[in-house]
Amino acid sequence: MDLQDQIIQYLASGLTLGSIYAMVALGFTIIYNATGIMNLAQGEFVMFGGLIMVFCTTTIGLPLFVSFFITLLLVTGIGIIYERLFINHASKKAPLMTLLIITVAVSIFFRGIAMFIWGKDPYGLPHFSSPKPLIIGGAAILPQVFWILGLSLLAVILMNLFFNRTITGKAMSACSVNRMAASLVGIDVSKMVLLSFALSATLGALAGAAITPIALMEYDRGPMLALKGFCAAVLGGLGYGTGAVVAGFLLGLIESFTSGFIYSGFKEAISLIILILVLFIKPSGIFGSEEVGKIKKI
Amino acid sequence: MGKNNYLKLLGILIVVAVAPLIIKGDYYLSILVFMGINSMVVIGLSLLMGYAGQISLGHAAFFGIGAYSTGVLTTQFGFSIYSAFLSGLLLSAGVAIIIGIPALRLKGHYLAIATLGIGEIVFIIFNEMIGLTGGPSGLSNIPPFHVGNYQFTLSIQYYYLVWVTLFVLIWFSLNVIHSRVGRALKAMHGSELAASAMGVNLSAHKIQVFVLSACYASIAGSIYAHFVSFIAPNNFALMTSIMFLVMGVVGGLYNIWGALMGASLITFLPECLRVFKDFDILIYGAILLMILLFMPEGFLVGIPALFRKYFK
Repeated sequence: MDLQDQIIQYLASGLTLGSIYAMVALGFTIIYNATGIMNLAQGEFVMFGGLIMVFCTTTIGLPLFVSFFITLLLVTGIGIIYERLFINHASKKAPLMTLLIITVAVSIFFRGIAMFIWGKDPYGLPHFSSPKPLIIGGAAILPQVFWILGLSLLAVILMNLFFNRTITGKAMSACSVNRMAASLVGIDVSKMVLLSFALSATLGALAGAAITPIALMEYDRGPMLALKGFCAAVLGGLGYGTGAVVAGFLLGLIESFTSGFIYSGFKEAISLIILILVLFIKPSGIFGSEEVGKIKKI
Repeated sequence: MGKNNYLKLLGILIVVAVAPLIIKGDYYLSILVFMGINSMVVIGLSLLMGYAGQISLGHAAFFGIGAYSTGVLTTQFGFSIYSAFLSGLLLSAGVAIIIGIPALRLKGHYLAIATLGIGEIVFIIFNEMIGLTGGPSGLSNIPPFHVGNYQFTLSIQYYYLVWVTLFVLIWFSLNVIHSRVGRALKAMHGSELAASAMGVNLSAHKIQVFVLSACYASIAGSIYAHFVSFIAPNNFALMTSIMFLVMGVVGGLYNIWGALMGASLITFLPECLRVFKDFDILIYGAILLMILLFMPEGFLVGIPALFRKYFK
């Protein structure tokens, strides 16, 4: 493979990684905006997405298309139950720090449930379309990569439309700016928080279902994904959805090129080093504005 | 530092002295040693969380720096255990200062993010610098702790070493809380704005507490390395940092005694859940959730409150 083909190859894998980080980061941002909580169980939504998809297609034998939607529905349900059972109850009296720890406890609990049902083995899924790689230049790219990219782009566009064009989406944005003021103009803040968990879970499920065919999925995949998504969310300027998505793709690309050209052992470290550098140089994130950064605290 | 606290310290001293007479067997003693080691880290963390109002998501890094400094310097460079111990302490404090200064000057929980990053970076360094640390397969043959010619080899010896060290750390922490710095920290916890208006240097105090908590973790890590004599990067991963945090919250923040209880309880819990084999994680998560939901302010406040609620 010459240099150009290598670059195409790394570009494809970077974009694939990046789109997953972007979706996790967007999920983070949505919940953070509505509640101020960093939901450390975000990676578990992705894990459930992958494993429930495996259950529907491989165990029950439903067609891919049907099980994809069932997966989204079920994981969204999990998100709703999560919010109602744990967050809604506790957020009235517990300080923010305790809520953060509750999300950690939930993520451990979810991992426990997943291990109870699926055990410790990683599972694969059939590709959405042909598993034969396409040859572009000298690089081989799996068609699933295009599915992942397409689905995540679609999700990002839909989210953007939702937050900017629909009344519910605007109400949610209002909650993120000022919850008190939002409830004064008649927005049901508690319902918006519920909706944020539901949306965030759907995004996670989408990411999980899409990557399982090429990356497999096992019960303890969540924390690493959450960490990367979290990096992207902070880099993009916490609370700023588009920034999170762009930062997610950027992180994916940087990781893929570092592991390709420098050393794969440092692949995981590079995004964290960038995170720390950005925090020290421009704490409001790459894309966050200084003013917003001052209002929005982490 | 208050008569009440002296009484509590005395109580702990008696319990610590008497416990090995009742609790016998290497297994139980080693659990007690781990309880003590975790308590050291969590006490530092509770000072940071309770008084400086900051979360650290990477305390396992300082714990690991202590452990690996001791391990690497004694096994590969022939350092004496004291100089290795001191090097770990200095290194931890140095790292804490480097990330603390920029992160703590900002408002909000930037320290949480910076420590999350540093925790993972340190973990990756442990994994990748195979020549020094042995990489993922770990570092073994760390010599036992000794004072002069007196070797610490048995669990009972480590039990006393750990709990006496812990006792000193608690005593030191109580003195810090009741000193000028402690009062400034309490004022900060009440209202940062008011405290800074009174002339309290917020970020300087926050950095001091953060460095102190990093040193506690490093001390715990060094003792841990001597005790288990084998360390691997997985002992110092993100999950460990989160466990320390959980111990602090379960016990109750703002309270050193709570930290002690939380650390002891959460260290002991997985041992009780051994009977469930692979499903321990599920039950562990469920118990943790129950504690957090019904006692959001921690055990020390929560249990008396529950008691009052149902028996009055």
